[in-house]
Amino acid sequence: MTLAIEHVLVASALMLTVGMVGLLIRRNAIVMFMAVELVLNAANLNLIGFSRFLPDPVGQVFVVFVIVIAAAEVAVGLAIVLALYRNRDTVMVDEASTMKW
Amino acid sequence: MEFVVFALFAVLAVLGAIGVVVARNPVHSAVALLVSLLSVAALFLVLWAEFIAVVQIMVYAGGVMVLFLFVIMLVDLEQRGFDLGAGRIGPRPSAFERGLWSVAAVAFGALVVSLMVRSLDLPLPGADRATTMLQGPYAADGRGLGNTEWIGMLLYTDWLIPFELASVLLLVAIIGAVVLARRDQADEYAGKGAA
Repeated sequence: MTLAIEHVLVASALMLTVGMVGLLIRRNAIVMFMAVELVLNAANLNLIGFSRFLPDPVGQVFVVFVIVIAAAEVAVGLAIVLALYRNRDTVMVDEASTMKW
Repeated sequence: MEFVVFALFAVLAVLGAIGVVVARNPVHSAVALLVSLLSVAALFLVLWAEFIAVVQIMVYAGGVMVLFLFVIMLVDLEQRGFDLGAGRIGPRPSAFERGLWSVAAVAFGALVVSLMVRSLDLPLPGADRATTMLQGPYAADGRGLGNTEWIGMLLYTDWLIPFELASVLLLVAIIGAVVLARRDQADEYAGKGAA
């Protein structure tokens, strides 16, 4: 059995689904950020897969940008989690409800 | 052979992802995430993206992972129980609501899968570029794709402005993270003055 784009898409869709489910059912902000990383990795896998089978190296350039954005996002996000923990003594997102109407 | 290696690491990546979601201890989630990210790096290798695979290991396994573990260690690990469903705020949703959400979840999954399958029927653009790349100046190893030279050429020609903007974004993120995470110095001085 030779590797085809369908196999990459299935693996990527599974990772995306698991990441989305984690994002929806977990309340711990740190674990939610890990789920976001899973979603971004699923997108990267898709880009690399199409880059391999088109083939077109621009897909790999996009993945470089996605990794940069993901690193910036996780740095700022975890700083927000630290600030939240310092002020509210919790990292559970549904306990940070001050701005909830 | 290629398919076997891909399937092996794809299963490992998905199992790691499931581990992230279901682990009770955030440290276990972090280790599962590491397994998943390294498996994705292996998938990148199978898909001819050597440079991206190394970047994935350095940035995720080296940088992001350390950041996650630091934050997990800095916040209280003795959190109130497991957050999956337990101790949820608000009343338990009714059977009708739960049924509605289940239908919505299944519909979303079906939409993703059908879009994925549909997209395969569309003609892939750029198929003519394949031969150019395979015979291009950087095709010394017979494939010409995934080489650092190719990515460097593209990053510093076609994608130069996004590349430079990404560096500005990283600078802003560094400053933002420092500002958000440090203690407020004004409070400390005020505390000293009062004492």
